[in-house]
Amino acid sequence: MTSFKFTKYNIGRAFIYLILLFFAFIYLAPLYVMFTTSLKDIEEIRSGNLMALPIDPTFYAWKKAWSSACTGSDCNGLAPYFWNSVRIVFPAVIISTIVGAFNGYVLAKWKFKGSEFLFGALLFGCFIPFQVILLPMAKLLGMLGLANTVTGLVLVHVIYGVAFTTLFFRNYYVGIPTELVRAAKLDGAGFFAIFRHVFIPLSAPIFVVTIIWQFTQIWNDFLFGVVYSGSGTQPITVALNNLVNTSVGGKEYNVDMAAAIIAALPTLAVYVIAGKYFVRGLTAGAVKG
Amino acid sequence: MLNFLEKNLPKIVLAPTTIVMVICMYGFIVWTGLLSLTKSRMMPQWDFVGLDQYRRLFANPRWDVAVDNLFIFLILFIVIALVLGLLLAIFLDQKIRAEGAIRTIYLYPMAISFIVTGTAWKWILNPGLGIEKLMNDWGFVGFEFRWLVEQDMAIYTIVIAAVWQSSGFVMALFLAGLRGVDENLTKAAKIDGASTFRLYWHIVLPLMRPVFFSAIVILTHIAIKSFDLVQALTGGGPGYASDLPANFMYTFTFNRAQIGLGASSAMIMLFGVLAILIPYLYSELREKNHD
Repeated sequence: MTSFKFTKYNIGRAFIYLILLFFAFIYLAPLYVMFTTSLKDIEEIRSGNLMALPIDPTFYAWKKAWSSACTGSDCNGLAPYFWNSVRIVFPAVIISTIVGAFNGYVLAKWKFKGSEFLFGALLFGCFIPFQVILLPMAKLLGMLGLANTVTGLVLVHVIYGVAFTTLFFRNYYVGIPTELVRAAKLDGAGFFAIFRHVFIPLSAPIFVVTIIWQFTQIWNDFLFGVVYSGSGTQPITVALNNLVNTSVGGKEYNVDMAAAIIAALPTLAVYVIAGKYFVRGLTAGAVKG
Repeated sequence: MLNFLEKNLPKIVLAPTTIVMVICMYGFIVWTGLLSLTKSRMMPQWDFVGLDQYRRLFANPRWDVAVDNLFIFLILFIVIALVLGLLLAIFLDQKIRAEGAIRTIYLYPMAISFIVTGTAWKWILNPGLGIEKLMNDWGFVGFEFRWLVEQDMAIYTIVIAAVWQSSGFVMALFLAGLRGVDENLTKAAKIDGASTFRLYWHIVLPLMRPVFFSAIVILTHIAIKSFDLVQALTGGGPGYASDLPANFMYTFTFNRAQIGLGASSAMIMLFGVLAILIPYLYSELREKNHD
């Protein structure tokens, strides 16, 4: 790296870096715009432009988005809905992950006649457009007395998340040698003992992948949220959409942007902390093996 | 008795999931299918009218627009995301410094919900204050960009936002595929004097066939289900110019109390997914049997 020469190779390299950096800029630009806009006041938004840095940064928009912006008829900001999402996500992730682990264990290592068919039938659930179950599910939730409740949303997310969690665990457990199961059986270990003492200790990575996947899916869900929640039980995505589309006196783009970042923060944080596992979850659904 | 439990434990563990699956997936699909054959409006009622709802559906101009939009969206979204994702993956595969950081940047939109993406792009594409004003400030006086409020162009804003969100993911898929290519193969080709372009075009790309396949299936799946992005970015407007079938289904089922019609549109969506899914699963299974 002492003296740079304009060889054909170097120009090619420079071109590649240029393209890569250009696209890095494109992918980052919306985040930059959201963030800077959220720190401007409305006057500055009208006079400046998207890329301009805030001259006099203010947290007004953040405060309003969190605690006093209108999301439809009530004006309590996103905070209550943020906590709704938290109350939906945690139980739904935990339950669907545990069920998926057991299912995957059976489907990988305790196959019985018809279990492969069952797996295929379940796999199908990863792909159906949910529009086709929306209405009957609403009926069922009504019958169970769970319409418009957080519990109802937890139930829906568990039911339609289990197909994915089962797929993840099954594909992971298929890779664990069956000899381990046989050896444990010879030692007199049963179904649960083998699961607990052989499989669970090996499962840390797939638990992380599955939990991250479910967390992202459920936090980001809008369709189930908008159909099965009532006023007061909406998840944050629905509240954000309402906030943006409620225009009580002038549009406040800074508040919209602060609200959007608040809604995105939890999943972004997970991505930054555990990106490797996030990507593995994404590709696990795609490239099976 | 205990022995029976012991022996059937795997089946017992799987039983709850199986029962829920039979009811909440297959049962519900049948339920929606039957409903689509009735003239239900506000509430489900079971007087069957054959394929009337489907006839009404296909005669509905709004459905026409939604289906046309889906095709425009599907084709552009898939082609652009594939090309972009592949190019970025190839460039990133050239022993790039700070590859990890760049990859992280390309992929982060995938962690964000479509509602947030839609909200962000709605502001960026804002006809008065968004990218139009930016360009004007930068000296491109008279630059106009009002796709969000133009009947014929609104659907393309959906394409832009969706590509921004998903192309990094396609990049990750291809990058994983490229990393799986045998290095000896590329070395041999280089020794034979093949140019980089020929190397990729004739040797590497054909090896990426399964990646193309998976990427297309996933992107199609994202596209058919893109309900939230439309809802957040354009609200289906102007008018219903940027509706997709999922938005049509939602509007007619939950806002217009035409659940029979809504059910028929949901069934058509299901058939659309099946038309893609069945060949995919078929080929996956066939490959497995070859192993």
